[in-house]
Amino acid sequence: MNIRITIGAAALALGLGAPGAWGAKPAAVPAKPDAHAAALAASQKCMDCHAEAEPEDKSAAGKPVKVDVQAFAKTMHGNGKAACVDCHDAEGFRKYPHKEVKPPQCASCHEKAVKAYAETIHGQARAHGNGVAATCANCHGTHDIKPTSDDDSMVSRGRIEATCGACHGDTKLAKDGKVPGGNVVAKYHDSIHGRLLHGDTKAKDRVPVCTDCHGTHDMRPKKDPESAVNRANIPETCGTCHGKVKKIWAGGQHGKMRAANVLTAPGCTDCHGTHTIADPKTPEWQVGVIKECGGCHTEYIKTYRDTYHGQVTDLGYTRVATCASCHGSHEILPKDNPFSKVSSQRILSTCQQCHPKANANFVKFQPHANKHRKESGLVLYYTALFMQVLLAGVFAFFGLHTVLWLYRSLAERKAQRGRAAGEGEKH
Amino acid sequence: MASTVQTAGAGAAQKYYRRFDRVDRVMHSLLMITFIGCALTGLPPLFSHQEWAVKMARLLGGFSGAALIHRVCAAVMITVFLLHVVRVFARAFATTGLKPMLWGPHSMVPQPQDAYDIWNHFKWFLGKGPRPQFDRWTYWEKFDYWAVFWGMFIIGGSGLMLWFPTAFSVVLPGWIFNVATVIHGEEALLAVGFIFTIHFFNGHLRPEKFPMDLVIFTGRIPEHELKEERPNEYRRLVEQGRLAATETTAPTPWTKVYGRVVGGAAVIAGTLTVVMIVYSVVH
Repeated sequence: MNIRITIGAAALALGLGAPGAWGAKPAAVPAKPDAHAAALAASQKCMDCHAEAEPEDKSAAGKPVKVDVQAFAKTMHGNGKAACVDCHDAEGFRKYPHKEVKPPQCASCHEKAVKAYAETIHGQARAHGNGVAATCANCHGTHDIKPTSDDDSMVSRGRIEATCGACHGDTKLAKDGKVPGGNVVAKYHDSIHGRLLHGDTKAKDRVPVCTDCHGTHDMRPKKDPESAVNRANIPETCGTCHGKVKKIWAGGQHGKMRAANVLTAPGCTDCHGTHTIADPKTPEWQVGVIKECGGCHTEYIKTYRDTYHGQVTDLGYTRVATCASCHGSHEILPKDNPFSKVSSQRILSTCQQCHPKANANFVKFQPHANKHRKESGLVLYYTALFMQVLLAGVFAFFGLHTVLWLYRSLAERKAQRGRAAGEGEKH
Repeated sequence: MASTVQTAGAGAAQKYYRRFDRVDRVMHSLLMITFIGCALTGLPPLFSHQEWAVKMARLLGGFSGAALIHRVCAAVMITVFLLHVVRVFARAFATTGLKPMLWGPHSMVPQPQDAYDIWNHFKWFLGKGPRPQFDRWTYWEKFDYWAVFWGMFIIGGSGLMLWFPTAFSVVLPGWIFNVATVIHGEEALLAVGFIFTIHFFNGHLRPEKFPMDLVIFTGRIPEHELKEERPNEYRRLVEQGRLAATETTAPTPWTKVYGRVVGGAAVIAGTLTVVMIVYSVVH
C-alpha cells in the first residue's frame, strides 16, 4: 500500500508539471506484497557485492557497478521503495553470476512516461537509430533519482541547464551526434533568461529553464504541430509569462497576420531569437534586430541604409532612429491605420520623440526615399542623377588628363636622360 | 655662363621667389587638416556596411566622437573659407582695386588663355606640340580653387541642413534632407576622390614634383622652377621690373620639415582613404 502511493508520487514528480497524463496509476508494482518484500530482502544480497568500492562483478559492459548505499537510500527509489530487481528485471540479474543482463526497464513502473517519451524528439531520434539521444537515465539519473522539487535532482530548476547541457552544451557531442541547434545551452546561459536564472534577483525563480519552453515528456520536435516550440505555438509559449506583450503583439499587424494563419509573419523568436534571447535594451540587440526586420522588408532596409539613421545604426550606434523607434515593436501597424506610429495623425509626435522641435514641414522627410525612383520626388531623382553625371564627368576628364600627363612626363624624362647620356659620350 | 653652372652646382645661393604669403599657407594647412578630418569621420557612415567602416568609426571615438570631430572640422573649414573670401575682397578694395581680382594673370577667374592652355596641354601630352607656357595660375589650379568654392557651398550647405534639420525645416520641406543627404555624400566622394588623386598628382606626385612640392608650406618657389613651370610669370616680373621685389629668403628649415611631415601624413591618409573607397566600391 505504502509502496503504491510512493511510486505514484514518484511518477508524479517525474511527470514534471504535467502529472495528469501518467501519474494517476502506478504501473507494474508487483501484485503480491509478499513477493515484493522478498525482492527487497534480495536487494540486500545485491548490495553485498555492489556496495563495495571495487566489486569483482562487472556490468554488461564490463564495468564494475558500485552503488552508494547511503545515497541511494535518500533517492525516490531508495529506502525500500523499489527493489534492485524492480528496475534490473532481466532474468539474468536474479542469478549469480549474472547472465544475459539487460538495461533497466523504467517502463515496468512508469509505463505512461515511457510511452510519452517515445513521442518526444529524443524518443523519435532513438527510434531512428540516433545513439546519443537522451533516455530516462540521461535526464533523471540512475541510482540518484530525486524529485524535481529537490535541488539535488538532475531535473530541478537549478540543475536542468546542466542536465540538458550534458548533450546540448557539448559542442563536440552536438556536432558528432547531429544534435539540432548545436551548443544551445551556452547560448541560453548568456541569454537574458540564463543570466537572470543565475542572477540574484527575484526573477531567478520565475525565468524559464529549458523544460519550461520545450516541455518534458511532451518535448516534441518543433515541426510537430503539438510542440510548444512549433512556430505556430511560440507566441502561446512565450505568452505564458509575457502575457501582456503577447496581447499587444496580437493586436499589431504581425499578430493579426498570424491570426489569419500567415505563418511567415514574425512571432516572438523571429526578432528576439530563441536560445540567444538578449536584453532588448542593449545597443547590440537594437542594432541587430534591424537586420531581422530587413530580412522580410528588404526594400525598406535598403532605403533606410541610405539615410543617416540607417548608416549610424549600421555602424553599431543607437542614438538615431531604428525601425522600432518610428514603427513601434509589438504594436506595429500599417501606415493607413490611424493608431500606427507612422500614420499621418501620429507621425509628428513620433518624430518629436527625438526631434522635439520638429514641425509639419519636418515630417515631409522621407525615411525610405529611393533616389533612383521618380516616385520618391523629382528633385531627389534629378539631383542624384546630376551628381552621378558630375562625378563621372570630373573623374573621366581628370583621369584621362592625369594618365596622359604621367605618360608624357615619363617620356620627357627618358628623352632627357637619353640626351644627357648622348652629350656625355661626345665629350 | 660657365660660372653660373658652377655656382649652381656648388649649391650656392639658390634664389627664391614669394608665391604664397603666411596667411595663405596657414589657411591651406587648416583647410587640409579639416578636410582630412571631415573625410575620415564622414566615410564610415557613407560606407557603413563595410567592416573597415565599423572599425574606423570606433577608432574615431564612436558615434559622438566622430560626429564631434566632423562638425568641429566643418566649422573651422567654413570659417577659413569665409576669411579667405573676406581677405580677397578686402585686398581688392584696399590696394589693387577690383580689376586684378576679376581679370588678368593674378585673377582666379577662368579666361580664354586657360582654354588654350588645356588644348595645348593635351596636344603636348600626345606629343603633338610644345609644352604650354603657364603663368601664375594654371587652369588646373583654378579648377582646384573653384572646386573648393563649389564644394564649400554644396557640401557645407547640405551639411548644415543635416546638422540643424529642425531649424531648416522652419522654411524648407522635410524632403530637402533626402536631397541634402544625397548631395552631401556624393559631393564628398567627388571631393575626396579628386583631392586625394588628381590634386595630389597635379600638385605633388607627378614626376616633376615627386614626392612633394613644398611651395604651399614654405611659400617660396625656387628660381629654376619659376622659370620652367611658370615662364610667363617670370617674364612678366622681369618686364615689370618686379622680380627683385618678389625675391625672398630661402625657406626656413622648420617649414620644410613641417611640409614634409604634415604633407606626407596627408598624402598617406589620403591614399589610404582612396584605397578604402575603391575597395568598397568594387567589393
